[in-house]
Amino acid sequence: MKFLSEYRDPQLVEQYLNELHKVTTQPWTIMEICGGQTHSLVKNGILDLLPQKIRMVHGPGCPVCVTPLNLIDKAVYLAEEKGVILCSFGDMIRVPGSQKSLLEAKANGADVRILYSPLEAVKLAQENPTKEVVFFAVGFETTAPANALSVVYAQRLGLKNYSILASHVLVPPAMEAIMNDDEARIQSFLAAGHVCTIMGLAEYYPLVEKHKVPMVVTGFEPIDLLQGILMTVKQLEKGEAKLENQYSRVVKAEGNPAAQKTIEQVFKIADREWRGIGTIPNSGWEVRDELAEFDANQKFTVNIIKVPECPDCIAGLVLKGIKKPYECSQFGKKCNPEKPLGAPMVSSEGACAAYYHFKNVGEMEMAEA
Amino acid sequence: MKIELQCPMPQLDFEVITLGHGSGGILTNKLLESGVFKLLSNDLLDEKHDGAVFNASGKMAFSTDSYVISPIFFPGGNIGELAVNGTVNDLSMCGAIPAYLSLSFIIEEGLSMKDFWQILVSIKFACERAGVQIVTGDTKVVEKGKGDKIFINTSGIGTVHPKAEIHIKRLEVGDKIIVSGNIATHGMAIMSVREGLEFESTILSDTCPLNHTIKSLLDEFGTDIHLLRDPTRGGVATVLNEIARDSKTGINIHQKAIPVIEEVASACELLGLDPLYVANEGVFLAIVKADIADSFLHSLKKLDFGKDAAIIGEVVAEHQGQVILTSKIGGKRVVNMLVGEQLPRIC
Repeated sequence: MKFLSEYRDPQLVEQYLNELHKVTTQPWTIMEICGGQTHSLVKNGILDLLPQKIRMVHGPGCPVCVTPLNLIDKAVYLAEEKGVILCSFGDMIRVPGSQKSLLEAKANGADVRILYSPLEAVKLAQENPTKEVVFFAVGFETTAPANALSVVYAQRLGLKNYSILASHVLVPPAMEAIMNDDEARIQSFLAAGHVCTIMGLAEYYPLVEKHKVPMVVTGFEPIDLLQGILMTVKQLEKGEAKLENQYSRVVKAEGNPAAQKTIEQVFKIADREWRGIGTIPNSGWEVRDELAEFDANQKFTVNIIKVPECPDCIAGLVLKGIKKPYECSQFGKKCNPEKPLGAPMVSSEGACAAYYHFKNVGEMEMAEA
Repeated sequence: MKIELQCPMPQLDFEVITLGHGSGGILTNKLLESGVFKLLSNDLLDEKHDGAVFNASGKMAFSTDSYVISPIFFPGGNIGELAVNGTVNDLSMCGAIPAYLSLSFIIEEGLSMKDFWQILVSIKFACERAGVQIVTGDTKVVEKGKGDKIFINTSGIGTVHPKAEIHIKRLEVGDKIIVSGNIATHGMAIMSVREGLEFESTILSDTCPLNHTIKSLLDEFGTDIHLLRDPTRGGVATVLNEIARDSKTGINIHQKAIPVIEEVASACELLGLDPLYVANEGVFLAIVKADIADSFLHSLKKLDFGKDAAIIGEVVAEHQGQVILTSKIGGKRVVNMLVGEQLPRIC
């Protein structure tokens, strides 16, 4: 398959692994930021092919996992109490709120729809002029342009019944928070390829400079990941700290200016609560004041009480890379994909679910022994 | 199957199915006489009794399934032929030769007669293709909003092949796992026309009757075939997990051996789906004695619907109850059962 099989070529994989084994002389801890990278590492069984000295730590880059409990409760409330058509990406609907998930709300009769694109939600709003349509706009910088575009379209069409429940989070502030966390001890990063596709590289140079950590913008296929890890290890071994771009076939230094412009048109920077981590200053986007009518947060009065997280769930420690999923006392016991205690067990990109579904055979056996 | 032109729709004074068609009165009779009975006519059905009465002897297999697929017309087929093939295949997986089927409709009022007719015609042709007869049935109509166009239930019965000894307990360490064709095509054909998701593709559902193929294989290999399963809902991964769990053996599969057509693989990639979990309707898994695996594959490749068959794995003594996949690049991972529907990823 063009553009896929090339990046999954077993012979190339072997070459990269051989080189990686050759250059690795001491233990290194590398965090892959994006949940998509975690998923690919585990799904392709890459983790147990790596040199034992390399420890991959799974980062907070799963938008579903870091969406606060309170916001899920809000979405459920809108669907159940306000009678809106609540549209969401698929992963989001199984994430447990404090009382229930959107999937359970749907089973109870709420109108919850799974969509692949926010523009479909705009179409729904056009087709259902008597109903309010709310799109649960979750994600990192990657999904923001499409979510913003839906607002631009809705405004252009003069729709009065479309709004988004935005929970956008940004990668660089989260990386900063991890680097400032003494417990985390991450020595280098694989930066998220698709986030950089939108935003470009500029905002990562200061991070590399300030914290003196190697950072390699990396893709998602086996060859991408191995090449990214190799580039990172080479820097670590040489004592360098640079920003490099492994994913240059997709990521340009300036990113995607048209997408950035659309984002800016609709969103402004705001403080954001990260589920399991806490509030990080200037780490998210919310809808601009002049577009308040498209902001479900401002459009609807929601009376719900903020509920604390389940105390048994160590999602925060997992998301910051301090603990591995299987180091949680509830992993696979009280917490499993059928009855998740925290979001990382739900989303296909959540570290806990990735370990539960595809668990890296060697690593788990080592942990069990 | 292209069928529309071969059986002209009867001239009826109604264009859509109404509640009256399920009342048991004149409208029901009209619908049955000019539609169902006429198209599906055979000696047993023509009795029009409350049930079918026939002779049977020996070991029988009996199976049932309900079909609620949406949309009811999809690339490569419709709910009617799916309902026939599905039950025919379930019986075949038991090592049986399907003979008679029951056919029940639950129709939502408002279904167009044209659609209903097309479904009936497909059922007729699917029965002919599989060599089975519809011998009894039922038609109910529910109010608008209480169903989704049409639901179909079929049950089927057939005599077990004299040489068949299909049972989970017959699995042995070393047995080979064979898949009869490209996986995930049915599921992706449906996905391509799902509301809100339409993407351009030429992927067609693989729905087909597997009974003739299975019969030939049983004729030739008999008791060396230890298990047959059709990986419909939940796909190959789910069925293999059930097999590993119930047989208390381990299963190894090899990603590079699993046949998937390129277009299906690309569509799965795009939507974030794993073909191992995507539904099939015209594919079966056979677990056979190791020393006949190659000749089994050789024969299967020459039979209907078997040309893309491949040996994809084996039964092992280790990791009991688990399915482990060796990825294309040589890494290993556990293939688990899915919790719910396979949901698309979001970034």
